[in-house]
Amino acid sequence: MAETAIELIGIEKSFGAVRANRDIHLEVARGTIHGIIGENGAGKSTLMSILYGFYQADSGEIRVGGKPTVIRTPNDAIAVGIGMVHQHFMLVENFTVLENVILGAEGEALLKTSIAKARSELDRLEREYGLEVDPDAIIEELPVGLQQRVEILKALYRGAEILILDEPTGVLTPAEADHLFRILSQLKQQGKTIVLITHKLREIMAITDNVSVMRQGTMVATRETRKTTVEELAELMVGRRVLLRVEKGEAKPGEVKLSVRDLTVKDSRGVTMVDNVSFDVRAGEIVGIAGVAGNGQSELIEAIAGVRKAESGSVMLDGTPIHVTGGADPGELRDRGLAHVPEDRHQVGLVLAFEQNENSILGYHDDPQYLSGPFLNIDAIRDNAKDKIGKYDIRPADCRLKTANFSGGNQQKIVLAREIEQDPGVLIVGQPTRGVDVGAIEFIHKRLIAMRDQGKAVLLISVELDEIRSLSDRILVMFAGRVVGERGPEATEGELGLLMAGVERKEAAE
Amino acid sequence: MSTPYAKLPAWADYGLIPLLNLIVAFLVAGLVVLLVGESPVRAAGILVKGAFGGGQNIAYTLYYATNFIFTGLAVAVAFHCGLFNIGGEGQAYVGGLGVALVCLAFDGTFPWWINFPLAIIGSALAGALWAFIPAWLQAKRGSHIVITTIMFNFIAASLMVYLLVGPLKPAASMAPQTRTFLEGGQLPKLGWLLESVGLAVRSAPLNVSFLLALAMAVLVWATIWRTKLGYEIRTMGFSAKAARYAGINESRIIIITMMISGALAGMMSLNVIMGDQHHMAIDFVTGAGFVGIAVALMGRSHPVGIVPAAILFGMLYQGGADLSFEMPNISRDMIVIIQGLVILFAGALEHMFRPAVQTIFASLSPRSAGLSAKAGAR
Amino acid sequence: MEAYTTLLQLADATIRVSVPLLLACLAGLYSERSGIFDIGLEGKMLAGAFAAASTAAVTGSAWVGLLVGILVSVAFALVHGFTSITHRGNQIVSGVAINFIAAGSTIILGQAWFQQGGRTPSLSGAARFGEIKLPGADAIRQIPIIGPLYSDVLSGHSILVYFAYFMVPFTWWVLFRTRFGLRLRAVGENPAAVDTAGISVAWLRYRAVICTGVLTGIAGAYLSIAQQAGFVKDMSAGRGFIALAALIFAKWKPVPAMFACLLFGFLDAFSIRYQGIALPTIGKVPVQLMQALPYILTVILLAGFIGKAIPPRAGGVPYVKER
Repeated sequence: MAETAIELIGIEKSFGAVRANRDIHLEVARGTIHGIIGENGAGKSTLMSILYGFYQADSGEIRVGGKPTVIRTPNDAIAVGIGMVHQHFMLVENFTVLENVILGAEGEALLKTSIAKARSELDRLEREYGLEVDPDAIIEELPVGLQQRVEILKALYRGAEILILDEPTGVLTPAEADHLFRILSQLKQQGKTIVLITHKLREIMAITDNVSVMRQGTMVATRETRKTTVEELAELMVGRRVLLRVEKGEAKPGEVKLSVRDLTVKDSRGVTMVDNVSFDVRAGEIVGIAGVAGNGQSELIEAIAGVRKAESGSVMLDGTPIHVTGGADPGELRDRGLAHVPEDRHQVGLVLAFEQNENSILGYHDDPQYLSGPFLNIDAIRDNAKDKIGKYDIRPADCRLKTANFSGGNQQKIVLAREIEQDPGVLIVGQPTRGVDVGAIEFIHKRLIAMRDQGKAVLLISVELDEIRSLSDRILVMFAGRVVGERGPEATEGELGLLMAGVERKEAAE
Repeated sequence: MSTPYAKLPAWADYGLIPLLNLIVAFLVAGLVVLLVGESPVRAAGILVKGAFGGGQNIAYTLYYATNFIFTGLAVAVAFHCGLFNIGGEGQAYVGGLGVALVCLAFDGTFPWWINFPLAIIGSALAGALWAFIPAWLQAKRGSHIVITTIMFNFIAASLMVYLLVGPLKPAASMAPQTRTFLEGGQLPKLGWLLESVGLAVRSAPLNVSFLLALAMAVLVWATIWRTKLGYEIRTMGFSAKAARYAGINESRIIIITMMISGALAGMMSLNVIMGDQHHMAIDFVTGAGFVGIAVALMGRSHPVGIVPAAILFGMLYQGGADLSFEMPNISRDMIVIIQGLVILFAGALEHMFRPAVQTIFASLSPRSAGLSAKAGAR
Repeated sequence: MEAYTTLLQLADATIRVSVPLLLACLAGLYSERSGIFDIGLEGKMLAGAFAAASTAAVTGSAWVGLLVGILVSVAFALVHGFTSITHRGNQIVSGVAINFIAAGSTIILGQAWFQQGGRTPSLSGAARFGEIKLPGADAIRQIPIIGPLYSDVLSGHSILVYFAYFMVPFTWWVLFRTRFGLRLRAVGENPAAVDTAGISVAWLRYRAVICTGVLTGIAGAYLSIAQQAGFVKDMSAGRGFIALAALIFAKWKPVPAMFACLLFGFLDAFSIRYQGIALPTIGKVPVQLMQALPYILTVILLAGFIGKAIPPRAGGVPYVKER
């Protein structure tokens, strides 16, 4: 039995009312690659941030190399040989590789000697681990894969024996990911310990020695990787949750309402987030898009709804094009009967500082029924808000209360009421029940089904697989910006989970 | 995350904390008075008496307040859109050009009540145009509006000096100012208004611009809270993403808001030029544009707060005159210090006392401090 | 030869008037490179000028004056640090406040202490920084071209002038050749990277604003006890803002900052000398246009019409550890 590199005993961490980590126990053996897998929000990143001294655990003990260790700051972590590669790189973009590597580990007050030392040290690390990168290159001019390599070099330069990688492949192309895995194997052979946080089953199976599964803040199981299967891990990850099955009849799909063809969307850094996606949504059906967060679903619906510019492709609404590549006007799309419940209700769907009644007209504020000349028709606006408060059971029933003071579920009802009551032909919904209490979830689901039954076309994205399965009439799975499969509502969780992890695609390619 | 601070009752939020900030600002100002060897209490007494001690004093106080209502509203309107307009000084200065041109052209032709609306349009237009360029640069080219409006203050100063020592100066005159306007370029005084309630006013510059300022306060309130435009401005100010989602044209709103802001600052010149001095002179704005920042911060960008805040600063200006007479060590520049302290404590350090106040509230009654996990949690 | 003499006089004047701009500009560079915007350079310079002149008047020592000028300016810088770093307040609002507090208090205190309408007593002798004659200045004056250039332009300035120009390569060296400079540049671009590297963001930024305070203090002292012989109210006269413009113009780099300050200083010196004189082909250029030119040029630069001025990426944003 190998000796233990890290041991976590009874780690607890809460953010306000949210228990991000509950009584976590974990043992990582020296010289192994240990995977930590779990869905988004399972508490993986929080746990690792505690280990790296970015947050303090509320209680529990950390042992490094068998010795109880207090890690208060990243400095403490570095001192005991823990290095971290963050999901969002902690690099200074207009610095050179060398400058980034020595930042915080310069040694002396003048850079001359430390730079010379770092240069030879980098040279050694590069040779030893196959981590080639030009030390004088400017970070922002490097591809993402190389930037990540700089992060790894930073950790190694500081003498890290234990390397934590948080979702390292999220931003990488498959080829870059494969290269990363080769590097990690090499590091392992040199005796380094690696903790790999991911939600991708394929990666776990491909590279780890052991794997621990987290779910809703708890550590549910630890397995030896070669003795487990993808199916078992998928089940552990998702858990046997009580399915909130929604009563719904047979769908009666009608004409095509929304038609997406070859849509490609890039993010602000120029990375392709949506890659040649095509699909239709018909009247009277709910089309759900399943996928792990960050696989292009958000960019897809934002482009369709006109809040994000698409690179190429076309979208038709009721047979008429939407100018997705030229920056469509969300206001005009609303007039044409396309409603949008955005994923982020705090920053986008609502103005939290507004009174509830003001948010009930956001986006529809130029509708003549809320105006009299250039003025807002306050009575009409408040009556409208009260009407929706009644119909959607929004609590507290006070249309003049600041929106920030409503609970998550009631905030979401404010958004949904606004968009649904407008009687749109097409409804795009992002994460309808994120941060919403159970009672409200049921209510929201029923509303969406009712929309479908009234012959509306509903496009739903959600990271909650349950939600997708219980609501959708057709399920599209997105992975790395592409639609990698379409299934009916009868698809099993395991089947969808594999698609979401990009497994089938990989196998099909081989 | 979205609510950095737990909830306090509204009266504490809008009343207690701003009041605390203000008190601290004045306490520090009191320290400065002590430092120059005078009694802060006596100074405050003289100040209040100087500002409100009689009809004449009140009229002066309100005259100064008129300036600050205009410039305070100007800063506040921009705040609502998330913009910091430091250019009120320059916009007011250039606004004077609009007034002067109207008066110089028509003061012999039309009576004041025809020239007044023309001058309002002139001043608003000139102020708005001066705000337009920084606004356009912010909206279309992303140039930081704080820096560009500062630059435009200096450019305005140079431009106006150039005009006042050159084209606008009567040939025979030495002073860098326009000729004195005829009766058609002079606004009626409002002394009778105070006399009608039994106060004695000899001659004070308080004029009808004061009523215009009050009207503008109402108009700004209505625009911000009761029109579609105001709704869009506020949406933009709170979240540019939400504005985009709601189909609001961001560039358009930035430009319109800044032009309204510039127009309000520009109108300040009516009070000085047409209402009091009856000519346009160099540096007639004398910092009123900057006082607007303090007034807007103190009034929490709401007309209901801005008007009293403007009157407070009017009081400091008027009372400060008496104060410098009685205490030669304390010149009117004391106001500049107070202004800076108000901006510091009511603006930059507005949240300094919040944690302490919350602790007190929480210990008094845990419910009212709203242990508002609900509001804070996602 | 007369033209050459004129040119030399212009160069000499340019060097002198550029000094406070340069010191304030470099001051702003430290703060803004660390991610703290500072529009309070003007106020700190003014406070420094007043403190230096008052102290020099009382003690009769320019050096003690300089020291107190620096201390007072640093105190103001720390107020800015307290609001923007510790309390994460609005940096612009804080800078505006500092400008007003400095403008008002220098006049009030000046009047209270010296009773000369806000002026401080006129300084002479050791209470002022005198002119330094560089070695051999007299000897080579007679050599044509180079002689007068050395003796009249380069020689004969106060120590603070030489210090200011020395600060240009020094600042460059600090920024790009020392650990402190590396961290300073990093924290203005990506404070999270600095934080995860185990360096305190707050302490680093505090040190940066202290550097700013020191340099604005010296800039102020130069105005009141080197260039002039005492403090006059509002004597900074907008130089803090021109320095800010120069900083943007120089894209937050030390050597270009010097050239920007020399350019703006030259415009100033030129407009004073040629006030109202008609120039060939251009005709009579209004002096006000010359005065406004630094600001106009900066606006054009900010508009992105002549290159792009990209401020430090984390500038103006308080650092909050992300959840």
